Amino acid sequence: MTATDLVTGPGPGGGNPGPFLSGFDDVVEARRASGLRRLVSNYGAAAALFAFSLVAWQVIVTLAGLPEYLVPVPTEVASSLGSDWSTILAPATLTTLREVAIGFALATSAGIGIAVVLHIFGPLRRAVYPLLIASQTIPVIVLAPILVVLFGFGLLPKLIIVGLICFFPIVVNGLDGLRSVDGEYIRMMRTLDAGRWAIFRRVEFPAALPLIFSGMRVAATFASIGAVFGEWAGSNAGLGYVMLEAEPNLQTARMFSAIIILTVISTLLFGAVSLAERLIAPWSRQERAR
Amino acid sequence: MAVTVRPRADQPAAERVLYQRGAVMSATGPEDQGARQPSTSSPQSYGSSAHISLRGVSKRFGGVVALRGVDVAIAKHEKVAILGPSGCGKSTLLHIVAGLLDADAGSVDVAGAVTAKDRLARCAMMPQRDLLMPWRTALDNACIALENRGVSRHEARERTRPLFGRFGLGKFEHLRPAQLSGGMRQRVSFVRTLMAEKDILLLDEPFGALDSITRAEMQEWLLRAMQDVPRTVVLVTHDVEEALLLADRVIVLSAHPGRVVSVLDARMDESASRREIVTSPGFVKLREQALEALE
Repeated sequence: MTATDLVTGPGPGGGNPGPFLSGFDDVVEARRASGLRRLVSNYGAAAALFAFSLVAWQVIVTLAGLPEYLVPVPTEVASSLGSDWSTILAPATLTTLREVAIGFALATSAGIGIAVVLHIFGPLRRAVYPLLIASQTIPVIVLAPILVVLFGFGLLPKLIIVGLICFFPIVVNGLDGLRSVDGEYIRMMRTLDAGRWAIFRRVEFPAALPLIFSGMRVAATFASIGAVFGEWAGSNAGLGYVMLEAEPNLQTARMFSAIIILTVISTLLFGAVSLAERLIAPWSRQERAR
Repeated sequence: MAVTVRPRADQPAAERVLYQRGAVMSATGPEDQGARQPSTSSPQSYGSSAHISLRGVSKRFGGVVALRGVDVAIAKHEKVAILGPSGCGKSTLLHIVAGLLDADAGSVDVAGAVTAKDRLARCAMMPQRDLLMPWRTALDNACIALENRGVSRHEARERTRPLFGRFGLGKFEHLRPAQLSGGMRQRVSFVRTLMAEKDILLLDEPFGALDSITRAEMQEWLLRAMQDVPRTVVLVTHDVEEALLLADRVIVLSAHPGRVVSVLDARMDESASRREIVTSPGFVKLREQALEALE
């Protein structure tokens, strides 16, 4: 927004924009500066620390004279990213991205669906919920080899691993969210002619959305871990497979490249969930801020 | 001075107190001497004309007796306040009328509805906290009862909008609850209750969560709003002034167990302002009686 936009609009002064011009200029400048300042104050320290660690890494490894196959320096990792991207890394990224995205989508829909069903049918919840918690004591990762035996090297076992890892935080948060609704809301709705379904869709589900989204954010950070473990247990494509292949050849820089790409995938997924929350449940941030 | 007496034959004349522009008059009968004592006659018999009638209603929660033998009769479009200390079971009484709870003993009749489920269909309740939903705009919050009955969102808005304008909320219809002041939120909450289109409104300490200045403003606002849309109103409060100001009749409950200890006639001159009413000698006297009954 420019100063002229503001002044040509119906300003508080009505017909006399002159004296307001300089005032609005200041306001606009201040607003622009405060946006930048907020960005710097939110992420400035983290960015500075990150840049400092990269430089420190480069300097220390170079001074110590460590060979690339042991510890590659950031510039070597960057050049591996550049040279291996189109031939090896890009197809592997696509494979892993597909596993992460589909697995996460399945986990989200199953997680929300199961939370809703368990919430509505109390006896079922009492039967299933303790088992669900207990099932989390099984490290899902050790199931990976078994799933490969059952389903082969394809997409399916990876989807199952990603799905199993991601689904738990979504179910637990979803159930907590649905049950956390204040009984007063439900009593009020009942005197306003709401049936069970109206209470669910107009009160309980919207009220649970912020918690569902925080479950999804946790799940988003787990998704790529699941995909990589699935690939390690048995595969012929994907970033996990690239890492397995690079290791015996001592292509350490390429392994680092794969890790960086995995980090980017997780960050993007996390960002997508946050964006979806902002669009679908914009009140949840306001509520948290209060 | 012109004093309009609304006749109500079945009420003892001694309990009729009228206010005219701050001056207090009592519609006296010859037997009125010393009739300033709060009446202890609890069952108010309206016969078949009673809109809400409770007889011998008792309720206990575990070992705690919340209500014991409560008799209340409320006429159609009468405004009654239930006044009592915290924990006297007045909210329980309201929940029983609303059909959210069933009494352990006694009979409840709300506009012909006897079962809890039927009573729910007759009453709309306004809770103490506004309980507006942050994901809905002010207008959409007020629309919720219509939507619950299957009216489309669009039509519900069209039907709610006129009431928004009438109650000074027109400018705020697109705002979210977080953007509204406490008083505005309670107004939206009241319109939401009205839009349930029920003949009986149950107000559960509607302004208990507001600061005293806003509360005074809202009491005056509600006074006008209730003149505008006549309904049978049951107001629960622990604020003596609020009860006397807003209601035609004040039922005082004791605590542990909740029993009717006194019934006060508190009809006010409808054209007088809140300040005029509250500072009038008659009001002060009534407040004394209410406080005495509460002790």
